[in-house]
Amino acid sequence: MLEVCGVASPEELFSHLPEAVRLARPLNLPPGISEYEIVDYFRARADENLAGFTSFLGAGVYRHFRPVLVDTVVSRGEFLTSYTPYQAEIAQGTLTTIFEFQTMICQLTGMDVANASMYDGSTAVPEAAMMAARVTGKGRALIARSAHPEYREVLRTYARYQGMPVEEFGYLSETGTIDLEDLERKMDSLTGAVIIQSPNFFGIVDQVKAAAEIAHRRGALLVVVFTEAVSLGILEPPAEADIVAGELQSFAISPSYGGPYAGIIATKEKFIRQMPGRLVGQTVDSRGNRAFCLTLATREQHIRREKATSNICTNQALIALMAAVFMTVYGKQGLRELAEQNLAKAHYLAAKFPPRFQGKFFNEFVARVEGRTPEELNRALLKHKIIGGLPLGRFYPELADSMLLCATEMSRRTDMDALVAQSATLPAAKEVLA
Amino acid sequence: MITKVRNHPSQNEALLFERSSPGKKAYQLPALDVPPVDAAEALGAANVRAGIEGFPEVSEVEAIRHFTRLSTWNYAIDHGMYPLGSCTMKYNPRINELVARIDGLAWSHPYQPEALAQGSMEVMARVEAALAEITGMDAVTLQPAAGAHGELTGILLIRALLEKRGNPRKKILIPDSAHGTNPATAAIAGYMVQNIKSSDTGVLDVSALDQIVDRDVAALMVTNPNTLGVFEHNIIQAAEILHKKGAMLYMDGANMNALVGIARPGDFGVDVMHLNLHKTFSTPHGGGGPGAGPVAVKKAFEPFLPAPRLKRSARKWTWDYKRKHSIGRVKAFYGNFGVLVRALAYILAHGGEGLRNATVDAVLNAVYIRKQLEPYFDLPYSSPNMHEVVFSDHRQAALGVHTGDIAKRLIDYGFHPYTVSFPLIVHGALMIEPTETEGKLELDEFVGAMISIAKEAETEPQLVKNAPYGTRTSRVDEVAAARKPVLRWKP
Ligand SMILES: Cc1ncc(COP(=O)(O)O)c(C=O)c1O
Repeated sequence: MLEVCGVASPEELFSHLPEAVRLARPLNLPPGISEYEIVDYFRARADENLAGFTSFLGAGVYRHFRPVLVDTVVSRGEFLTSYTPYQAEIAQGTLTTIFEFQTMICQLTGMDVANASMYDGSTAVPEAAMMAARVTGKGRALIARSAHPEYREVLRTYARYQGMPVEEFGYLSETGTIDLEDLERKMDSLTGAVIIQSPNFFGIVDQVKAAAEIAHRRGALLVVVFTEAVSLGILEPPAEADIVAGELQSFAISPSYGGPYAGIIATKEKFIRQMPGRLVGQTVDSRGNRAFCLTLATREQHIRREKATSNICTNQALIALMAAVFMTVYGKQGLRELAEQNLAKAHYLAAKFPPRFQGKFFNEFVARVEGRTPEELNRALLKHKIIGGLPLGRFYPELADSMLLCATEMSRRTDMDALVAQSATLPAAKEVLA
Repeated sequence: MITKVRNHPSQNEALLFERSSPGKKAYQLPALDVPPVDAAEALGAANVRAGIEGFPEVSEVEAIRHFTRLSTWNYAIDHGMYPLGSCTMKYNPRINELVARIDGLAWSHPYQPEALAQGSMEVMARVEAALAEITGMDAVTLQPAAGAHGELTGILLIRALLEKRGNPRKKILIPDSAHGTNPATAAIAGYMVQNIKSSDTGVLDVSALDQIVDRDVAALMVTNPNTLGVFEHNIIQAAEILHKKGAMLYMDGANMNALVGIARPGDFGVDVMHLNLHKTFSTPHGGGGPGAGPVAVKKAFEPFLPAPRLKRSARKWTWDYKRKHSIGRVKAFYGNFGVLVRALAYILAHGGEGLRNATVDAVLNAVYIRKQLEPYFDLPYSSPNMHEVVFSDHRQAALGVHTGDIAKRLIDYGFHPYTVSFPLIVHGALMIEPTETEGKLELDEFVGAMISIAKEAETEPQLVKNAPYGTRTSRVDEVAAARKPVLRWKP
C-alpha cells in the first residue's frame, strides 16, 4: 500500500502539514487496554453509582420495564451500524421502521404528521416555538411554569439570541393546573406560541382545551409538551394542539443518567412545510413496488442551508426505533394496561402521601413533607436504600417543602410500603402519614 | 465483475398495521399488586381516551420477525465498507454496547443524589479530560447531542464572549465547501451568513480573508481538514487575521479522524470546536443517531459554557449550577451519557498510541484509494488529501452517467455508496472516506468495483443509469414522494 501511495513510511503521508501545527509528542493518554479491563473499569464506575436502590424519581425520566425484544432488535448490526437512510434502495429497513414510528406517534398524539425524531423533549420545545414563529410570523412565546424547568431553560437559551421574547405564566396553587387568567393576561398580539405540558411537571393532567381556546383566539399556536409518553396510553390525546413536542424516554429507553433519549415533533398537516427534522414518506420503486424514502428535504439544512427550518442533522434514530419496538410489543391493549398499572400504583402511593395539588394526576404527584425538609427526609431514606422524590425547592422556591414522587409499574407495593414506613418511623415525619 | 455479493431471497413483510389483528399481544405485565383504580374517576371521564385507533396488535413472534425481516433490507458497516465521505463510518466495537448497558450506568437517574452518581460523573470527567488532551483545548462541555447541536452551542459561546466584550457582531463567515449545518446553525444563533469562496487549491484564501474580516465578523466557521479532505495549511494565518480583528475561529471537528494524535486544533489557533463522537469515536450511527457533539473551548470561553459544570470538591464530583455567565442549558440533564460511555470505551481500548495509529491508517486508506482511482475518475483538487478523497463525475458525465448513478451501481457490487454531490464546490462529487476500519482486501474489492463501473460507464452507460438491479427495492422515486407526501399509514 505504501508503494502505491508513493511513500516510504506512513508518516510521510503527513509531511505536507506545516510543522507548526504538528503535535510533536505522543498524546498524554494511558496505553490501550483489553476488553476484560474495559468491562472491569465500567463495572467499577457502576458500583460507585451504588445501584440497587429503590427509586421514586420521575420528573421527566421514568423507570419502566424494557421488554427484552427492544434490545434484541436494536442490537442487530443492520440497524445499529447503518447511517442515515439517504440511499433508499439499501435502507428500506430503517426507512420502513421510521414510517411506522411516524404513524404510531400520530396515532398516539392525535396529530396528522410526526417527524423521525428530535434530540430529546427539551430541544423539541425551542424547535416547536421557532416553528410556531414561522407559521404565525409572531416571535413571542409564552410557556407555563408548570412545564419541565430544564425544558424552559433550554427554550430560553435558544430564544435569547433570536430576538424571541419568552415569558412564563403561572399555575394555580390549589390545583397545580395552569392559571388561565394569568395566561389570558399575558397574551398579546405578538405571541406566536403558547406552550404547556400535560401531564405537567407536577404530574397533573392539564387544561389543553382551555389553553387552545385562548391561544387560538389571539392567533397563536398551542404547543403541548409531554415527558411521560406512557400517559398517552390512557389520556385523551392533545388533539386541540397545533404542535406536540414530546419525549419518548418512557418507551423502553433506560434513564442512562440523562440520555440518549428521543424527542418528537408532531403537528397538523397544514404546517408540514414548517416542521424541523427528517421525514420519511411513502413512494414506489421503478418496478412499482411500495418503497420509502426521506422526503420534503427542502426544509432541511443540507438543501436549504441558512434558510432551513432547523440545523438538526443527526437525530436519535436508534432510540426512536427502540420506542417503535416498545409500542409494537405493548400495542393497543398493552399500552392501556401499562398506563392503568401506573395510574393504580401512583394512586396507591398518593393515598399514603396526600398530594399537595387537587388536580388529576397520572403517575407522579407533589407531596408536602411536614416537620423537616424534603432533603432531610431523603437523607434519612437513603440509609434504607430508598431514593425519595425530587425535592422541588431547587426549581420552585414556593414548593421548597415539597417533593415530586413517581410510581410506575416497576414500583412494587412492598417498596412503596417501605417508603411510607421509613418516612413514618422517623418521629418528625408522623404528620406525613396523618 | 461483481465478486463481493450474490443475491439471496429476502422476506417480504407488510407494515405492522397491516398485519395486526385484534386481541394479539406481545407483552406481559405482572399482576397488579395494588388495588386497581377507576380511570374515569382518577383522571376525569373527559380526560380518558378510547383505544388508540390503529395501534399495532401483533404476537411476540410476529414482532420479532417483523423487525428482523426489515433489518435484512438494510446495508450496514457489519456487512462491509461504508465509504460515506464526511460521515466516518468506522466499525462500532461491541464492547461499547456491552458497557453502556451495565445496570449501574444504564439505570442511573439524572436526578439521583450526587453521592450515588459518582461513577457516572467520573466517566464524564474522564471523557472531558481525554477530549481536551486530544483537541489541545482547555475545557469541554458534553451537553450537546450531536454535531449540529455542538455547532450551535459553540457559536452561542462565541456570541456570549463577544457580547461581554461589548459587541456580539453580525456575521459568520462560512467557506463554500462547508456542510449545511454550519450556515443553518449560524442563522439560528442570530447571525447573518457570509459565504466565502475557496481558493483554486480548495482551501481558505487567506489574502481574501484578510480583506473580508471586519468589525462585523464574529467568527469564521471552518472544517479542518475541510470537506475535500484537504488540510487547511493556512489555518494559523487565518487565526491570526481573525484574532487581530477581534473575531474568533470556530472549527467543525467532523473530520477529526484525520488529526487525532497528529495535530491539535488548540495548537493551531482554534478558539471553539465541536467533535462528533458518532464519527471519530466509534459510537454507532444507528440509522441516523443518537450522537454526541461535545464542544471544546479555550480558557476565555469557559465561564460561558452551558450549566451545570462538573466540579471536583472535597474529593467528590458535584454539579456546579452557579454559573452566572453561562449561555444556559442547551439540553435537559447533562448530555447523551450513554454515547459518552461508548466513546470512552473506544478511547480506553486504543490509548494514546492506538488513537494515533487509527488516524494514520485512515489517511493511508484514503490516499491508497485516491492513487488507485485517479486514472479513472477526475480529481478536481490535486492538493494532498487526508482521511477522504473527493472525485468528480466529470469524465462519466460526458457519457451521461452521473455521480448518483455510479453510487447506485456500487450497491450492485455489494458496497454502500460514497457521499453523493457533496461538497457543493465540486460539481458531481464522489466523496469517499474509507476510515481505518478497512483492510487491504476490502479496499481492493472497492477499488475494483469502482474501476469496473468506470468501464461500464463507457461501454454500457444505460446499465449504470438504471442501477441498482440486485436489491429488493429498485431505484426509488423520490420526486413522487415529495410531490404528494404520504407520511403515515392510513387504513
Ligand atoms: C462536516 C460536517 N459538519 C457537520 C455535520 C453535522 O453533524 P451531526 O449530523 O452530528 O449534527 C456533519 C455530519 O454529517 C458533517 O459531515
